[in-house]
Amino acid sequence: MANKLKVATTSLAGCFGCHMSLLDIDERLLDLCEVAEFDRSPLTDIKHCSETVDIGLIEGGLCNAENVHTLREFRKHCRILVGVGACALNGGIPALRNHIPLQECLEEAYLHGVGVEDAQVPNDPELPLLLSKVHPIHEVVKVDYFLPGCPPSADVFWKFLTDVAAGKEPELPYELVHYD
Amino acid sequence: MKPYHISIDGQAVPYQPGQTIMEAATAAGIYIPHLCHNPEFKPHGSCKLCTVKVNGRSAAACTMPAGEGQEIQNNTPELNATRRAITRMLFVEGNHICPGCEKTGNCQLQAVGYYVGMLDTHYPHFFPTRRVDASHPDVMLDLDRCIVCELCVRASRDVDGKNVFGLAGRGLQTRLVVNSASGLLKDTDFSAGDKAAQVCPVGAILIKRKGYEVPIGERIFDHHTIGEVSLEHDQAVLGADHG
Ligand code: SF4
Ligand code: SF4
Ligand code: FES
Repeated sequence: MANKLKVATTSLAGCFGCHMSLLDIDERLLDLCEVAEFDRSPLTDIKHCSETVDIGLIEGGLCNAENVHTLREFRKHCRILVGVGACALNGGIPALRNHIPLQECLEEAYLHGVGVEDAQVPNDPELPLLLSKVHPIHEVVKVDYFLPGCPPSADVFWKFLTDVAAGKEPELPYELVHYD
Repeated sequence: MKPYHISIDGQAVPYQPGQTIMEAATAAGIYIPHLCHNPEFKPHGSCKLCTVKVNGRSAAACTMPAGEGQEIQNNTPELNATRRAITRMLFVEGNHICPGCEKTGNCQLQAVGYYVGMLDTHYPHFFPTRRVDASHPDVMLDLDRCIVCELCVRASRDVDGKNVFGLAGRGLQTRLVVNSASGLLKDTDFSAGDKAAQVCPVGAILIKRKGYEVPIGERIFDHHTIGEVSLEHDQAVLGADHG
């Protein structure tokens, strides 16, 4: 194939489970590398996208200002942006904090939590500011495709990427669609 | 007796006077997506998921009586897109974090999402702040996931004869309330054996100490669509009614 698909991946507020699931496609990774090459990704340790990337897979929701910045930058470089996993789609488990005022969350974690010593709320200029709620990514940028799941299975990644590589409209059969 | 017929997606479907479109469709093996409807109870007509076109006009199949000359559209791309929109709205109006919900895999809202091809929620999330009532020894009530279908209200009132639940407020403020001075479930005569404890289509009413009993991969909707599951259940109920 003359031009390989450029695939970038990144993570926002998530647990990295979606990336683990991508790796779970196991030896099929070799087949994938025939048609695709990885650009920016924790897997390659490349920190920024090339000017144009064909497919951007993004896991995790938005819990702080840096997540929003990363998402916007990622979107700018990706021809097709794919929201991956429950956190990207609806905030996922991190969004369980949305019930609780941010101040209370921080106080519980850093001041009053069981076993906390030398209690203080971290306050370093290097730390990105937290958003008052965790948000899914479609509330900030346009997302072209969604792969639901917590995480989506390796077969979901495989089906999606091979469909795109074959120039087909990606489609997931019933057994592959799960919100959990 | 003269046979009566309606037409659903071009197929002639027999009905008996007094039946709703939903009942006639179910008897004929045609699935019309629904959430607030369960043939064990009187129709409520609130979720609007079962919206079909009857001679060009939108109507709720669960409340609309079947009648002569009805040309009904059900399984069309347009109606399914509307159902996808309704399902998305139900998701964003509550806090549906499926990976953290005990009902997952057995949840009808989730299964309807799969059925209508919902891969994302599309709309901005409300992330409402709602109450969790864990006061009852055997049953837990998490209003984050209540879709105000009123099934528990109807079951408690009509089957259990207890009137444990009710709906309060209007429009977006509509919410489920518990009929006790404290508003807590522990102060009612509710019990885990009640019909009302069994009918919730989502994970809002959960029996305690049963969570995640069935492993992933063996849950209802891991292998069956809501179309199949629903038809089987609803036909059994209707059959029992007529027999
Ligand atoms: S009630 Fe259903 S849709 Fe809502 S979080 Fe639980 S499993 Fe998901
Ligand atoms: S608690 Fe369950 S059954 Fe009752 S109204 Fe809410 S969603 Fe319906
Ligand atoms: S099922 Fe008919 S309105 Fe809910």
